[in-house]
Amino acid sequence: MTRVGEPARDDDPDRLYTVTRGRSQATRHAFDVVTLIVSEQEPQPGMQSEHARILRLCVRPTAVVEVAAELGLPVSVVKILLGDLLEAGRITARHPRFVPAQAKLPDLDMLKQVLHGLQKL
Amino acid sequence: MDSRSSDAPVLTAAARTPLRSTADNALKIVVVGGFGAGKTTLVGSVSEIRPLATEEVMTRAGIGVDDPSAVLDKRSTTVAFDFGRITLSAESVLYLFGAPGQERFWFLWDRLFTGALGAVVLVDTRRLDDSWYAIDRLEHHGTPFVVACNTFEPPRHSLAEIREALDLSPGVPLLDCDARDRESSKRVLIELVRHLYARAEAEHPQRVELESTP
Repeated sequence: MTRVGEPARDDDPDRLYTVTRGRSQATRHAFDVVTLIVSEQEPQPGMQSEHARILRLCVRPTAVVEVAAELGLPVSVVKILLGDLLEAGRITARHPRFVPAQAKLPDLDMLKQVLHGLQKL
Repeated sequence: MDSRSSDAPVLTAAARTPLRSTADNALKIVVVGGFGAGKTTLVGSVSEIRPLATEEVMTRAGIGVDDPSAVLDKRSTTVAFDFGRITLSAESVLYLFGAPGQERFWFLWDRLFTGALGAVVLVDTRRLDDSWYAIDRLEHHGTPFVVACNTFEPPRHSLAEIREALDLSPGVPLLDCDARDRESSKRVLIELVRHLYARAEAEHPQRVELESTP
């Protein structure tokens, strides 16, 4: 397991270049690390293997960061791959409701839900 | 929790516990601490999944990383962080991130943890110095936080002494915890959410008071 704060495996830029087919710009889609991704299609034959893995993984909602952990790829690389799938209509994205640009703190109802959820643990 | 229901598809060789299909709102809380302060232990003690490690790219110099081209730069490197999660309801899931407190990590904060509800600064009282930078940065970002002292042994310092040593403002909650203990870690998270609630309520005083909770 990768030690937190230490350089991780799979950080070879050549490999990342291949996975993203040379693209370094994330698409215009803004994925949060906890945006939940849901597959809308089965993987197709001939599809890039990372795309196919994402579609298999996200049959149930899966956070961007979990996709990154499962694929062993940096978060920003995974966001590029997710952008491809979103543009092709193969996934949908459920974004976090709390957007700090709109409010400094989450609303009280949401916090109450979090509190009750934690107390039930 | 129905996340282990029998119809869960086997997605990878590793046993995954998928979220419910109704999950549509993820929240995050960040646990910041120095090396060995117990971040992963705390996350693991309350998480419904074994903590997973992942990584993000930063330049080797640790500068200006909000440029995705850093991904392809030979000079880039990655910083690892880990996370766990707690299903709160049919719709909501809370992600807990363990983040290193070192200076170079903070260049990634905006990319990874914008939108966090708040943070827990996990302190090893034998190494208080490790926490100053994190506390300073959280105050600078305006991120609400609580400070939890991970007690490995009978505490040698009172909380009042620690508060003074860390120069914590009176409004910042400070508590002891044992990161290995689920109930204790849960208490830390609840303390943070109560703190957030009090702050949010102060901003919206017209709202009703929090129902009494144990």
